[in-house]
This record gives sequence, structure tokens and C-alpha cells, in this order.
Amino acid sequence: MTASILKRCGYATVLALALHLSAAANEPTQAAATVAPTAQPLFADAAIESRLMLLSRELRCVVCQNEALSESPAELAGDMRQEIRELMKAGKTDQEVLDFLTSRYGDFVLFRPPFKPLTYLLWIGPFVFLGFGVLIWFMALRARRTFKSAPVSSEQIAAAARLLEEKP
Amino acid sequence: MKRWLPLVFFVVLVGFFAKGLFLNPREVPSPFIGKAAPVFTLPVVGQADKAFSTTDMKGQVWLLNVWAPWCVSCKVEHQLLMALADSQTAPPIVGLNWKDKNRDAERLLIQTGNPYVAVPDDLSGRVGIDWGVTGTPETYLIDQSGTVRLKHVGPIDVDVWRNKFVPKLKELGA
Repeated sequence: MTASILKRCGYATVLALALHLSAAANEPTQAAATVAPTAQPLFADAAIESRLMLLSRELRCVVCQNEALSESPAELAGDMRQEIRELMKAGKTDQEVLDFLTSRYGDFVLFRPPFKPLTYLLWIGPFVFLGFGVLIWFMALRARRTFKSAPVSSEQIAAAARLLEEKP
Repeated sequence: MKRWLPLVFFVVLVGFFAKGLFLNPREVPSPFIGKAAPVFTLPVVGQADKAFSTTDMKGQVWLLNVWAPWCVSCKVEHQLLMALADSQTAPPIVGLNWKDKNRDAERLLIQTGNPYVAVPDDLSGRVGIDWGVTGTPETYLIDQSGTVRLKHVGPIDVDVWRNKFVPKLKELGA
């Protein structure tokens, strides 16, 4: 919660700063023509960029495979981010963007595999193993509880008593 | 028996890991197999007034080979593609020129020979993304009805051609 507020505030600050800077930069431009050109804002739309950032963290870069799309420097990853950016600008929801990518690259692009028949074992498997573990544990406990020592004969008791009485 | 159980479990686990170790992580199953191939229309390399469209190939079995002049393993594959083009028995090969920023394709094809019936020019790489391309070279086999039947990631060599493509082509009667 705090993180998301921080994030939102962060973007707002950056945006405000950018607006402020561009406003500040515009004034002297009129005064002196030799001033350096205003730096272009990196992103045209902060809301889309933040959505892209969040979503592409959930996506695999198909070139590097173990890297998220958000952090991959691969050229294809850049192209895919651009593609997502444009889909978002066209008003597509996050789910629609994911559908677009999975229809082309398969579930492989998702870091979180969807829950479906093919992945049942993947999702449920660990719990099945845990169940086995608990079962084995219970069986071991019960075996210990129901353990009966072999009957001891009176000769054995006498022998033990003799051993105890013996002086070393 | 009971004391061997952990060993059996361990051996089975090692079996799985060994299998996983020798799988090719680049071989990602394409979601297009058995589905309609994405449609595109692109300008053709070297013929500015011409355009290639996937609908041009309707009714025949064809190969889409995604390549690029800057791609080294495509050069390895090129020889085999040339042989296929010469053989007359292999299906026509369309060479999608992917992200050729330096505009080298035309020169390269003149120098080393052109195995393609058409070379659509995907400068932005958008068509590549539409086809789920992860890198070059990649080759798709498309049937008469425009359905993707096969995808191969990486260069095609004689073994791949014989064991992967030829059986599928026989199946399609091409």
C-alpha cells in the first residue's frame, strides 16, 4: 500500500518537475535564441509507462529467457515494449495485452503460468508432495505410539537384577 | 526393499534433471501450430513497387524463413536453402527479411545467391512479433489452407530437414 502511494507520488513529482522545468525552459527561449533545446520528456504518458513497467515485469524476454521484459536490453524486448505501449494507447486492458502476447509467444512469455490442465501438476504438485510428507510423518508417529516391547521373562529380569547388583 | 526407496527416488529425480539438462531452451512450442498463419503484406526487397502478401501463397505448401543479413547462423543455413531451392521438389521458400536496419539484404542476396521466391521486408520487426519470432533464423511450414504446421528455431541442417520437415511434407502430400 505504502509502496503504491510512494510510486504514485513519485510519478506525480517527476511529472510536476518535468512540467516545471519545461515551463522554466520556455521562458528564456523567448529571451535568448541561443539557449539549448528543451530536453524531451522520456515518456509521453506517465500512466501508460507505469502500467507498461508493472506489466512487463510479469513478462519474459523471449531472447534472454530468464530476464523480465521490463529490464531486458535486447532489441526485440524494446520492440515488444513499444508494441505493448501502442496497444495500451489504443485502449487495451492489461489482460488484452497479455492475450495478444500469449497468442503469439505462448504461455512461455508469462512468468506466472496460468492454472489449466497442462499446468495442474506444476501448481498442485508441491501440495501433493507435502501431503505425502505429512502421511509418512503420521505413519512414523503411529508406528512409534503402537510400539510394544517384547515380553520379558522372569529369567531375564533376574539376570538384569544380578547385573545391577554386581560391583564393578 | 524399504531401505532402497530413497535411492530409487533419487535416481528417478536425476533422470528428470538429466532430461531437462539436454532439452533445448530455445525450442519454445509455438502457439501457432495447427492455427491459421498470421496475415501480412509487406514491400519486397529490391522491388520497391512490389508487395508480398501471405494470400499470394494460398493453395500451396510453403516455408517462411525468418532471416537477416546480420545473422550469422542464417549464413550457415543459406547453403541448405540454396540446395532446397535448386532441388525443385522442396516447397517455395519466402524469406522474411527481419529488422534489416543497414539495408544489406539486396546486396547480400545478389552476392551469395537468392533461395527465396520472395523477400518481404520487415524493417520494424512488427510482422516478426506477429509471428512470435524470438530470433533468426526461424522457419515455419504453412500448408495449403494457410495453417502453420511446423516451426523450427535455429538453422536448418540436413538432419533437421530430413527428420522434421520431410515427414511433415509427406503428410501434407507436397
